[in-house]
Amino acid sequence: MNWDLHDDFNRRKFLLSGLRGAGGAWAALHWPAIVAAADHAARMREAIPPVRLEVLTPDQAAEIEAASSRIIPTDDTPGAREAGVIYFIDRALSTFASDNRDDYSTGAAVLQAKTRELFPDIAKFSQATPDQQDAVLKALEGQPFFELIRSHTVMGFLCDPMRGGNRGKVGWKLIGYDDSPAFTPPFGYYDRDYPGWKPPGEKK
Amino acid sequence: MNPQVTYRPSEEVDFVIVGSGAAGGVLAKGLSTAGFKVVVLEQGRWIPPSEFSHDEIKTFQESQLTNNPREQPQTFRRTPQDKAQKKLAVLYGRLVGGGSVHFTGNFWRFHEIDFIERSRRGEIAGTGFADWPLTYAEMEPYYTKVEWEVGISGLAGASPFDPPRSKPYPVPPMPVKSSGVIFERAAWKLGLHPFPAPLAILSQPYRGRAACIHCGRCEAFGCEVGAKSSTLASVIPVAQQTGRCEIRTESYVYRVETNAQGRATGVAYFDAGHKPQFQKGRAVIVSANGAETARLLLLSSSPRFPQGLANSSGVVGKYLMINGYHEVFASFDEPLDEYKSVAVTRVLHDFYEIDPRLGFYGGGGIDARLGTTPIGFAMGAVPGDVPRWGKAYKSWLESFSRTMVLASHATSLPVETNSISLDPDLKDAWGLPALCMTYKDHPDDLKTVRYLCDRALEILDAAKAPKVWAAPVQEQSFAVHLLGTCRMGNDPKTSVINADHCTHDVPNLFLCDGSSFVTSGRGQPTMTIEALAFRAADRIAAAARRGEA
Repeated sequence: MNWDLHDDFNRRKFLLSGLRGAGGAWAALHWPAIVAAADHAARMREAIPPVRLEVLTPDQAAEIEAASSRIIPTDDTPGAREAGVIYFIDRALSTFASDNRDDYSTGAAVLQAKTRELFPDIAKFSQATPDQQDAVLKALEGQPFFELIRSHTVMGFLCDPMRGGNRGKVGWKLIGYDDSPAFTPPFGYYDRDYPGWKPPGEKK
Repeated sequence: MNPQVTYRPSEEVDFVIVGSGAAGGVLAKGLSTAGFKVVVLEQGRWIPPSEFSHDEIKTFQESQLTNNPREQPQTFRRTPQDKAQKKLAVLYGRLVGGGSVHFTGNFWRFHEIDFIERSRRGEIAGTGFADWPLTYAEMEPYYTKVEWEVGISGLAGASPFDPPRSKPYPVPPMPVKSSGVIFERAAWKLGLHPFPAPLAILSQPYRGRAACIHCGRCEAFGCEVGAKSSTLASVIPVAQQTGRCEIRTESYVYRVETNAQGRATGVAYFDAGHKPQFQKGRAVIVSANGAETARLLLLSSSPRFPQGLANSSGVVGKYLMINGYHEVFASFDEPLDEYKSVAVTRVLHDFYEIDPRLGFYGGGGIDARLGTTPIGFAMGAVPGDVPRWGKAYKSWLESFSRTMVLASHATSLPVETNSISLDPDLKDAWGLPALCMTYKDHPDDLKTVRYLCDRALEILDAAKAPKVWAAPVQEQSFAVHLLGTCRMGNDPKTSVINADHCTHDVPNLFLCDGSSFVTSGRGQPTMTIEALAFRAADRIAAAARRGEA
């Protein structure tokens, strides 16, 4: 079972068990909305992450992906590259970030220009070593394009996977985020042994 | 949405209400159940709960539930002398239910002092600090009404600072989270009085609505199960069931029209196709929020009302208050998993009134939460000693589940130059002058926030938090609490509406929302907006029966 289906399965199972647990009248009142919510969630999950780039050229994408991969690098855990951040960015450029298309085409050129400036023998950012790439990015830090690609890399790493990034939920796994549709107490380590509310005078 | 009555715009209904949020939704319910014909004009869409999602991109980047700066750009300036720059300055709910759909659900009553603080504290130089023309005692039945009609969870008597109440909460408080336990234990050590947070979120099924499933997406998101007590989930369905109330969506009101006698005759609005329409009404109520209500009056100027409708005082749009806000972060050794369930489970009001002998005015509350989503955390919570990208940044991201926030919510003083006005140059997608916000925190407001920040640091010290970092205390340039721009008062020279929400200048034009506030409260205004709206519905209905509205 792949993770998409697994997630759907859990969501449906939860919703159905919730129905059984609730009073009959309540369920009767609400089940259409609940089923609609579950179906909607399922539909959204069925959106297949894009496998082709639609906006960025392969050359631009190689430069952008190389930069993203230094912003959230791959080490013993997956980074921006494994999360498919480049696909998130490509899709963003035809949806909510369509205003930023030009920023990315000029940005890829800026990356190349700064690389050549610092390392005259290297033609492309993506061909530089990780240390050289970090030096280029440090030189660009604070500039609007750096801030843009940083924001989009973070978003693409931690977004809902239906947005094309966070593949396999690698970003969520890194930060310990569980995207289950519902939880029950206790929620964390420190509320496990909570004895219940007592006014200050009655404590101990 | 349920099947509902529809009126022709040419039909003169009893009330046209502009806005369906915290105030508009309550007024729609109050007036339609009292037997009146009501049309509510809402800018945004009717979004069914099944379309609410946990997708941060849809919520924050695509403005699913809020005003979209692409269509409705805004400008900001620090002082009236500055040239305003294009910027998203004001964020509000733009859908049926308004801001009550995406709000966090913190639901504090005002205390007695909030209504009479000017008398108690005296004048504060450089401000329009004033008493309200009503008191807590007059508001108490309406606070109780809100709690029972809308559905509020909480524990009566848990805070020694709470004002008197006539009834307990209808449902018990939400289960505590790790942030609440850490906060409660540390605050007790310091002799403070934390208590279970009152929330507009149902801990148990109530009046046919479902209880919270602890999904964790309250703040900024819509509730998929209707457990958040938005007006969309609570009172608007009741209004519809009367068969007298039409909620007309994608209807962007741009002018309140008046006749030769100076009475309101209805409102002009753009329909979904940007086509101008006119809805007739015997009376008009504007509940478009503390920014858009003022903007609409300014847009409605005429030869008779040259500086804006109902603005003979000149204070429409002025005395904007947005509440101070501040966050101190702390990470611990074990997971708190604060992304689960409601944002806040414990709060304290020990600093509701900061000792005047410290030399400044102010007060507030402190609550425990995380209050941010994965992307929001990764973008906005980075400590100063952690790089913003690279290996060390990635390693810091892993602290997400171990991090909490102490959030401070504070007073804002009413300063005349802090305002909502019409931008002289920028237009929105409908060709209307864009909204301009002018805002510079009063020095006492910043002192208040710094004071609360210090108290939060003491609490986290008592909690033995291994790592603590605070956001800078600085002047604000972004607002979600929109208060005071059409202030209530007895004197028509210094206020826009009277205590019954009727404008001093136009006898059948009423305003009710955050714009009505005289003072800011301590940072959780929605409860008071809704209590005012229930009270206004009673007053306006009575006036209409007397033939005065």
